[in-house]
This record gives sequence, C-alpha cells and structure tokens, in this order.
Amino acid sequence: MNIALPLKHWDLFAWGVLTTLELTALALVVGFLISLPCALSLNRASKLNPLIQGYVYLFRGTPLLVQTYIIYYGLAQFDFIRDSWSWVILKEAWWCALIAFSLNSGAYQAEILRGAIQTTPRGEIEGGKALGLSMRQITWLCVLPSSLRRALPQYGNEVVFMLHGSVVASVITIQDILGAGRTLNGKYYVAYEGFLTAAVLYMTITFILVRIFRQVEKHYLRHLVRSPDAVKVPAVPGLPQVT
Amino acid sequence: MKRISAIAAATAALFAGQAIAADLNICVEGAYPPFSETTSSGDIVGFDIDIANALCAEMGKSCEMVQSDWDGIIPALLEHKCDAIIASMSITEDRMKVIDFTNKYYNTPARFIGAKDAGLTDTPEGLKGKVVGVQRGTIHQDFMESEFPDVELKLYGTQDEAYLDLQAGRIDAVMADSVAMDEGFLKTDNGKGFAFFGKGYSIPKYHGEGAGIGIRKGEEDLKKAFNAAIDKIRASGQYKKINDKYFNVDIYGG
Amino acid sequence: MFTVIEYAPLLGRGALVTISVAVLSLVLATGLGVLGAAAKLSKRGLWRSVGMGYTTIVRGIPDLVLILLIYFGGQRLVNDIGSTLGFDYIEVSKFWAGVISIGFIYGAYLSETFRGAYLTVPRGQAEAAQALGMKTIATLWKVLVPQILRFALPGYSNVWMVLVKSTAVVSVIGLSDLVGLADKAGKSTRQQFWFYLAVLLAYLFITIISEHLLKRLDKRVNRGIPA
Repeated sequence: MNIALPLKHWDLFAWGVLTTLELTALALVVGFLISLPCALSLNRASKLNPLIQGYVYLFRGTPLLVQTYIIYYGLAQFDFIRDSWSWVILKEAWWCALIAFSLNSGAYQAEILRGAIQTTPRGEIEGGKALGLSMRQITWLCVLPSSLRRALPQYGNEVVFMLHGSVVASVITIQDILGAGRTLNGKYYVAYEGFLTAAVLYMTITFILVRIFRQVEKHYLRHLVRSPDAVKVPAVPGLPQVT
Repeated sequence: MKRISAIAAATAALFAGQAIAADLNICVEGAYPPFSETTSSGDIVGFDIDIANALCAEMGKSCEMVQSDWDGIIPALLEHKCDAIIASMSITEDRMKVIDFTNKYYNTPARFIGAKDAGLTDTPEGLKGKVVGVQRGTIHQDFMESEFPDVELKLYGTQDEAYLDLQAGRIDAVMADSVAMDEGFLKTDNGKGFAFFGKGYSIPKYHGEGAGIGIRKGEEDLKKAFNAAIDKIRASGQYKKINDKYFNVDIYGG
Repeated sequence: MFTVIEYAPLLGRGALVTISVAVLSLVLATGLGVLGAAAKLSKRGLWRSVGMGYTTIVRGIPDLVLILLIYFGGQRLVNDIGSTLGFDYIEVSKFWAGVISIGFIYGAYLSETFRGAYLTVPRGQAEAAQALGMKTIATLWKVLVPQILRFALPGYSNVWMVLVKSTAVVSVIGLSDLVGLADKAGKSTRQQFWFYLAVLLAYLFITIISEHLLKRLDKRVNRGIPA
C-alpha cells in the first residue's frame, strides 16, 4: 500500500470531499422540504395521499443506484426531453444526482416525519386546543417541533445513510470521494490505494457526523424520560426504518 | 456429522469450480466495439478475441476469456485473475512500470469526433469552453490532460458510455482510437450526424508503439511465445483474415 | 419500448443472480450477526471491543467502497495467504466479493438486532428453565431462541428489505446481475429508460413479496401471545 500516492494527490481528494458533502447536504435539505408537506398530508385524509404513498413506496422500495441511472441515462434517451427546457438541468450529472438523491431522501424523511407526527402524545394536542390555538397553529407550534425532536435519532441515521448513498454519484461521472479514488487508481494502475483512501475519508466524515448528532440529541432530548418497562425492541441503529 | 461433511464438500466443489481449467486466462473488456463487445447472450466477441484465439492456437494452448472492466484490468492481471491482457491496451512507459508488454499487434492513430455541424477544431483555442469525453485510465486521458489542459474533461468507465453522452449532447467531443470510433460508432446508426475532426495523433509519448498484449513482469517465456505467435499469424495470413473481417484497412501499422 | 420484453430471459437470469446474492448475503449476515451479538454480550471486554469495532467500521464505509475493496484488495489478500500457505490460486469472483461485502455489512446491523432481542427476553425465562434443571444448551435452544426470534423479526425484516436493495450496487464491479445486465443491454440498444424501469418494477415486486411473506411470518411467530 503506497501512501505517497494519495498524499501526492490530496487536492483530488479534497475536491472529492467537497463535492460529496455538498451533494449530501443539499439532498438532505431538499429532501426535507419535500418530506414536510408529504408527511403533513399523510396524517390527514387528503386526496393527494394515494399519490404521495405511491411516491414514498416507489422511492423506498427500489435501489438508489437504479433511481439515479434512470434520471441520468434513462431520461436522456428521449428526444423530446433533450429538446425541452428541462435538458439544461438534466444534461448535468450533478443535477441529475441531486434530483435522484433528493427524491430518495424525501421519501425516507416523509416516512420518518409521518411516524413521528403520528406518535405525538395526545396531551400535547389537547393542551394546544385548551389554549385556544387553531389546528394550524397547533401543527406548527406544538406538533412539528415535538415530532422533529422525537425523530432526531432517525434523522441522524438518514444523514449517514445519505452520505453513504452519495457514492452512487461517482458512477455517473461525478468526481466525489470515490470518483477521486477511482481516478487515482486509473492513473497508477493500482487496485486499492484509491479505494482505501476513500474508505478512510468516508469513515472519518461518518464518525464526525455521528458525534455531532449525538451531541444534538443529548441537548434536545434531555427532557425525555424513558419508561423502564418498555418492552419495545430498539430499532436497528444506523438503518432507516423500512418496515 | 454427515451434514457438515456434505456442506464442506459442496463448498470445496464451489471453489474448485472457480479454479482455472484452461492453460491461459486472457483478460478482455467487452465494451470497446469492434475490438471487443458483449453480445445479448453475454458472450464476448471482437477483433481482440479473434486475435487471442488465433495466438493461442499457434502456441498450442487452450485459452479462456475473462471479462474485466477497464478500471480493474491491470490489477486483475497482477492478481492472477488472468495471465495476459488482450484488450487494445497501448504500450506506454507508465504502464511498463507496472506490467510488461509483448510486441504490438496493431497500431492506429487517435482522433477527435464531434457533431458534423459543430465546426470544432482540434486546437486548444478551438476546444476552449467545450467538454471532451475520454475513457478513464486510457492514453487518451493522458493526452488530453497534457496537450489540452484547459479543456473540461469528462471521464467514463467505458467507451460506450462516452458515445452515449456524446449523442445526448452532454459532451461536445470524444477523443479515442480512430478505428474503434469509426467502426464502433460512426458507421453505426447511433453515429449518424457525427464525424472526425482534426488530424490523427500518433505521438509515441502518449500513444506508445501501438496496442500490445499485457503480461506480468518476469514472464519472459510467455512474452517470447506470444511474440513468436504474432509473427507467425502475420506471416501465415491469419492476421489479415481477422483484420479484414472487421476493417477496410490494415491496422497493424508501419 | 418492447425491446425490453425481448430481453426478458436475459433479465430473468440477472434477477436470479441478484436474488442469490441477496439470500447468500443474508445467510452470511445472520451468522456474523449471531457472532457479533455474542461478542457484544460477552463478559470479556476484549470481545465487546471487537464487536463494537466491527459495527463502527461497517457503519463508516459505504457499501460500494467496501465491495470495491474486497473485490480488488481481497484478491491480493487471498493470493498472499495462498502463497504463504501453499494453496493454488483461488479466485475471488465478483459474485463472492459481493456476497462477502454485503454479508459483512449487514452482519453488523444484525448483531445489534440480535443483541437487542436477546436483552428483551425477560431474565425470568432463563432462570425458570434453570430451576427446572434444564442444561444450558437446552435452555438456549428451547426457551431463549424462539423468543429471541420473535423479538428480532422486525429488525431482521428491516435488514432484509435494505439488503435486497443494496445488492444493486454489486453491478458496479461488473457482476451480471439484474441491474448490470439491464444497464449494459439498455445502453447498447439505446433503450435505457425502459430497461431501468423494468428493474425498478422488479425490485418493487421483490419488495411486495418480501413484505407479504414477512407479515405472515410475523403473525406465526407471534401466535399465542396476548396482544
């Protein structure tokens, strides 16, 4: 294992880290913006629900890799897309990746938020009503903050999940961390200097993110007392809840 | 106890099935028409494969083709997944640091292709602001990075993916081997509307002496055997037969 | 559009490869999960550290990176070990590199599931078995394991659902699985969209069937338990 190689090309990896972080962060934010109306709608008997449920099921039930392929390579197949205004966006690999990642994250976050809203203790809503707040005020001032707080661990998982999922970007020509690793390998005909460096970088970033989230959780969830006779099996940490 | 030994036997059989049966394993790519491409049934065919089979017949050895993606083809050779690379790999100094090569088995220049009506020229000024696609880890990538450092480069895992994006308009030009692009793209339905522009490049610094057979360092006997076989099929007319099956010109080069 | 239908037999073969990878990975993951859980529950600090280290490493590396490492680096490792021990060349194929990587990753998640499930079984169960004079192995097998399975099922189902989708990524090292074949065929016929759509539908199908079967399994495993 030749350590000199990745060190010599540290700038390649630095750009890769920036690209990865940028893509991951934006995908999470846009995903959140998508998930908010979806989660709120799902908790009411809205007419849009079948559509939303279909979207969530589709994006949670299929691999991110294929979702990305279909947006980048799949749509490019059609002349009518290439001739339209949307081509300006879909032409770029970066935008295609962002769209795919955001839609994917949005679906997972919609499920997280929906579940959290559903498990809002009745008392909080009743308290709001007792204070004379309208349903809208109750939603924005009581239910959402409380739900977001409750879902914090799951959001932490989703952040790590999206970071790992972003690797797929390198498969559609984006020079993220893995892309940098592959380029290094290709230049020197080595097999794993590039991949090992990429692995170390991902592990470091994950470690930092998990640490940050643990601090955030400590701060925001310090008021929660866990019931000692809860027989509920803890959710698998690190994985999005699919079932 | 019986169950454990049955499982052990099955596992051993699985691994044995993976063991090498042929005398020589040859790494081929399968994504570089017409030199190598994959049919719908999963077989790999093309000029490289025909040459490989002809050489093996001359050497009196049985050969098996092993598919490898271009990115991992040299590591595959180094790690004994195969014993030779016949995948249109150019003989360059950089590669010679890691592996060895036989004599060339063909040599053709590299060129640019782009849309017919784009009016592109192969100068740094002419390509300024344009995007050129190359296959990652090829001499064409090195050439572009050195001779056209200010042109935006997009790297692809296979040549086919570069053609795809050229058709889609994501890139303005592709730099690769002229014969491969001619037969593998321009002359096909997908290549309508695209043509060569600029001259042919055959600079030894980047393009080497041509495409050779990659082998591990130290395998002198294998190298001699391959070289002898190449000379024999050139002399016997076998090479010409395979050449003419795919191309109108003699691609062996001077 | 209908080119896809012509390629159905080829895609079918790819789907079989995908399912094989998924099932074999799950088997490996289950084994590693049991070992990992045992390590984390061990009284010896060394084993607990090993268990925690395993989980930490896995949670840090994306699956694609691990697959690439095992496919390329793993071959080197096997070769080196083989040459020192005097073995003939053993090939680390794309298939097995995929199975080992995915099994390794989800083994870590399953170790958490099994550990949590084990801790959820009331201690009284094991104590009662011991009071009745049952030997340790009998206790484990007849009393604890059925209950552990019941508690582990939600987490196990979850892992399966995520694992099945992550097998798509093995196509990136060139494995001729569903995604890999659809990608190559789609691109060469210039009908990529329809091929990818077919793959999406196939995965949805696998998801639906898995959910259905797991729901039935959940009902069966929870029979007789008061709601």
